[in-house]
Amino acid sequence: MYILNYQYAVWSPLIWLVSLAVVSIMVFIWRSRGRKSYKEATAQTDVFLSGAKVPPEEERHVKADNIYWGFFESLKGLYRWMMKPHTGIVNDYLLWFVVVSAIAILIFFVAGS
Amino acid sequence: MEFLITNSPALIVAIPLVVAFIIPLIGRTGDKARNTFMLAAFALISFLVAILAVNIHSVGIRIYTFGATTADLAVPEHFIVPVRIIFEVDAMSMFMGIVVTTVTLAALIYSLQFLKGQPRQARFYSLMMLLYAAMMGLAFTGDMFNLFVFLEIASIAGAALAAYRTNLADAVEGGFKYIVISAISALMVLFAIGILYSEYDVLSMAAIAHFIQYTHLDMIALGLLGGAFVIKLAGVPLHMWAPDTYTVAPAGSTPMILAASYMSMYALYRVTFTIYGGFIDTTAIGWAVIIVGLLSMFVGVMMAVHQTDIKRMMAYHAISQGGYMLLGVGVGLAVLADPVALRAFGQAAMEGGIFHLINHVFYKALLFMTAEAIFLRIGTRDTNKMGGLARNMKWTAGFFIIGALAIAGIPPFNGFASKLLIYESVLKFNPVLAIIAMFVSLVTLASFAKVFYSAFTGAPMPAYKQVKEVPKSLIIGMSILAVLCIFFGLFPGLIVNNIVAPATNALINHAGYVNAVMGAVP
Repeated sequence: MYILNYQYAVWSPLIWLVSLAVVSIMVFIWRSRGRKSYKEATAQTDVFLSGAKVPPEEERHVKADNIYWGFFESLKGLYRWMMKPHTGIVNDYLLWFVVVSAIAILIFFVAGS
Repeated sequence: MEFLITNSPALIVAIPLVVAFIIPLIGRTGDKARNTFMLAAFALISFLVAILAVNIHSVGIRIYTFGATTADLAVPEHFIVPVRIIFEVDAMSMFMGIVVTTVTLAALIYSLQFLKGQPRQARFYSLMMLLYAAMMGLAFTGDMFNLFVFLEIASIAGAALAAYRTNLADAVEGGFKYIVISAISALMVLFAIGILYSEYDVLSMAAIAHFIQYTHLDMIALGLLGGAFVIKLAGVPLHMWAPDTYTVAPAGSTPMILAASYMSMYALYRVTFTIYGGFIDTTAIGWAVIIVGLLSMFVGVMMAVHQTDIKRMMAYHAISQGGYMLLGVGVGLAVLADPVALRAFGQAAMEGGIFHLINHVFYKALLFMTAEAIFLRIGTRDTNKMGGLARNMKWTAGFFIIGALAIAGIPPFNGFASKLLIYESVLKFNPVLAIIAMFVSLVTLASFAKVFYSAFTGAPMPAYKQVKEVPKSLIIGMSILAVLCIFFGLFPGLIVNNIVAPATNALINHAGYVNAVMGAVP
């Protein structure tokens, strides 16, 4: 009931849940051993940015556009190629449909003969 | 009870059709009466689906012949072919019926308060019922012409739902694109049916499968059907309409339009396995399905991670996840003619693909609902403008985490179980394919981490400091799907053994489907 058991793959979520519980308990114990005597809203909890003025919390939030910037920059060529067919024009979508259907028929002709 | 079971295939399609037309009338007496009527009717439909599912699980294929003296009289006396309209419900049809019914139930409950105070609610619910009836008809029909009819009903209802928010220009555009691609693809389906009918003089799927010779005309028909179903299921490179449409469809209708796309995937499986399965070189067709699957997985996920519109991102992920289903079933199709390979890994790959279908519909419906919940509260889908929403929308954030972890294939959620089946079985077929599938999963996780970080974490944006959690009906709708995502992940063996494996066997069992209608006909 719990287990997906094939010749080559076994997955028991119960084992995973027990492992998760053990790790959670370890994290909880580790965290509870932390120092509790710090003072909030003092230099002890302020963000330190090499002495520069730190902007307010809502302005520090990284926008979605900037996340994985390096990934997109290095794959700029691939993205240019992938975005080219996404014209937003329904005529183009149907052209693709005609071309793919024709290729499919050709494949079936070749495979069937 | 026997009467109900016998007639349930017809009732499950007929009741929502009737309800769709009654809803506007009852809606005139008030929203509460309309909602109560609609939920009561859907409870009855769900009950019928449940008893039919139990019956199919225990006795196998069930036939319903319209206008016959008995429901199972598929071929009338003195005839050698079926001439009446037939519903043929096997475990695969029932599997799709369960998927569609569950999603519709969650979508209806979700929509109750989402649409509160908005105009034209009765039309919205009518269209949802119409779409549901069409999807169930698609799942149950054993007749090619009715497949076309239900495809058309689903297309019209889906397009109208996508364009429901007519005050938004992009909604009208999304609906327009959906109806154009649906109408053209349905015409190709009709053309293919015409070809098959001209050759064999029958419309019953079982009868066509019985007589088919795989002539050059049949190859053309298969190409047209394949192209039409791939564009409807948004397989790459015919996927471009999907982000435009899914992004703009409101509330609970997005999961239903998504489910309608997977009904086209079901139709593709039905055509390739049931109608053509016994005659064609399945290796070539299997590889064609695998290639479409791989392209969908890769292009879908790479486009998704680049998006900043939360629903558009999810729409690209829907394309990507569809690729997993095509990959799994494609591997099964490729080794269909090789009993040793089929037993060794082909059947498990198919089970993985089919299991992933139900899992994906559940977690993607949940994710679309969380996106709509955010849109309801802050009025934008742009993740650049979001931040800190978890502080005020705790339930929505929780449901998003469940959906995101499930789609990324993280244990113990449902996506993990089906992806594991796909990885392990596809690895035996071709390790490169499994590696690509794992890479796609990794990028999926990165993509959802990006959205979670930008939308839910950090300090609340000044404009959203007063944002509140969504109303209860939305939370209940999302809860149903979240619980299913966890349940399917915790008890995968139960689901695979009782729902997925019978569906896979029904697809493979070409002769069983044909004989249920054709019987001892020579």
